[in-house]
Amino acid sequence: MNVDEATVKRIARLARIKITAEEAKGLEAELTGILTWVEQLDEVDTEGVEPMTRVVPIKLKMRADEVTDGEIAAQVTGNAPLTEDGFYVVPKVVE
Amino acid sequence: MTDLTKLTLAEARDGLTAKTFTATELTTAFLGAIEQANPALNAYVLQTPDLALAQAAESDKRIAAGTARPLEGLPLGHKDLFCTKGVRTTACSLILDEFTPTYESTVGQNLWDAGAVMLGKLNNDEFAMGSSNETSRFGPVVNPWQRTRNGVKDNAKLVPGGSSGGSSAAVSADLCLAATATDTGGSIRQPAALTGTVGIKPTYGRCSRWGIVAFASSLDQAGPIAKTVRDAAIMLRHMASHDPKDSTSVDVAVPDYEAALGQSLKGLRVGIPREYRVDGMSADADALWQKGIAWLKDAGATVHDISLPHTKYALPAYYIVAPAECSSNLARYDGVRYGLRVPGKDLVDTYESTRAAGFGKEVRRRVLIGTYVLSAGYYDAYYLKAQKVRTLIKRDFDEAWNSVDVVLTPTTPNPAFGQGEKSGDPIAMYLEDIFTVTVNMAGLPGISVPAGLSAEGTPMGLQLIGKPVDEATLFRTAHAIEAAAGHFRVPGRWWA
Repeated sequence: MNVDEATVKRIARLARIKITAEEAKGLEAELTGILTWVEQLDEVDTEGVEPMTRVVPIKLKMRADEVTDGEIAAQVTGNAPLTEDGFYVVPKVVE
Repeated sequence: MTDLTKLTLAEARDGLTAKTFTATELTTAFLGAIEQANPALNAYVLQTPDLALAQAAESDKRIAAGTARPLEGLPLGHKDLFCTKGVRTTACSLILDEFTPTYESTVGQNLWDAGAVMLGKLNNDEFAMGSSNETSRFGPVVNPWQRTRNGVKDNAKLVPGGSSGGSSAAVSADLCLAATATDTGGSIRQPAALTGTVGIKPTYGRCSRWGIVAFASSLDQAGPIAKTVRDAAIMLRHMASHDPKDSTSVDVAVPDYEAALGQSLKGLRVGIPREYRVDGMSADADALWQKGIAWLKDAGATVHDISLPHTKYALPAYYIVAPAECSSNLARYDGVRYGLRVPGKDLVDTYESTRAAGFGKEVRRRVLIGTYVLSAGYYDAYYLKAQKVRTLIKRDFDEAWNSVDVVLTPTTPNPAFGQGEKSGDPIAMYLEDIFTVTVNMAGLPGISVPAGLSAEGTPMGLQLIGKPVDEATLFRTAHAIEAAAGHFRVPGRWWA
């Protein structure tokens, strides 16, 4: 698997991480190396094998659909970088 | 008075019960040791002496009143991956900035409810991603052990393993009686092996993940690092619980693991997987493995060659599953609701600038790999393929349990390495977890117990892998290895 510069930039965009041109260059080689290394999984015949979803075979528990927590807006926003009247403040989204 | 920091957790418990010393005296001794050692070792990223002394005072009251709880007055270190109410929690990442949780993790709450004292928060690799504790925002942790080459003491600073390097260094340097840790691919067992301490990753679901900063949710498990097998058994009993707040938490009673210690190994069947004899394994690791086999035979166990054919695929499959889950979990760090914010010209620019500044190099690399393998058109080829391989890895073990009760392997192929020696090559670093990662992929319990010293005079460990929720057998077997191998304490406090 060869990861080119355009691909690095595309996935960095998807991951919402700003990268410099220089970083993109380094990541091309690193990601190519790692993805080539994991390609050895192609040797394994997984025909008819179910993907693993749970490691311990327990049934997912259900609970009553009722409110168990809440009314703690001050706690929820307590660590926010910027708030106003209990709301998070961010730069303008719509022009 | 004797140096209280040198006691094991069990000895300290007995001393408090017998009123030989007080919880306040014990805590004060540790606070002093930390103050002296931390500039050199960097094991703690936050010390909480006021909290510790308040907890110790409460413990002394309870001991006097005859209402002591099981871990009353025992000072512990707490990995900075666990959320602590009112105490800064960062996962050793810049992106969490000065984040101060308004809630306590379930594992932490269990320990404090049992009377334990928190000395502070311990260093780790950023978001628990690393095998050397070199990716922390607070800088690397130094292994209290030093190596000798050609008869000469090497001045290289050794890594304490990772990601729970603060936990392993603090326990081996007597900066706490025991510590919490977490293990996604080997992050409890590998650091324990590299510092001469005991570390157990229990069955997936044994400890609640609630309130632990998430890395790869289908692999993450909490467990202790301790000085002895007994101490680890005491710790795990009080960390583990069924928790309605974690839907993957297992609803199986937690036994008194201490009761398993000292029981005979007669009739125990030990499997030796041939696939663990890998290229690049040191002669030291191989020799210890053979010793381990002999010790278990002497203790009455029978030894059997077994095959776990998909072993070699565990690590590459892990490096798809773990980054994929990490990229999803770390999507929450957006600079809006908590943690660091780097203002941008618009919202997307704010996200991108914040995440570029907040995540370190290894975390960025893994988020990008994860984003790639989950991106449109690649999901089946990578993530789904890796999850199928995972089924086969688990099947190998299911098959093995028909003929053996426990599996014995080295914990790591090599002893502790120097800072910077592997940080330039991600795959070389990933290979540190070659023997431990299969256990996470299969969700099984695994313990590392110190077994001997390398040619360089540094500790190495043996790993025991058990059946689901059968941690008791691991403690019993590890205890027999410990009895034969002895304890490995840091030869001198060079930092003092």
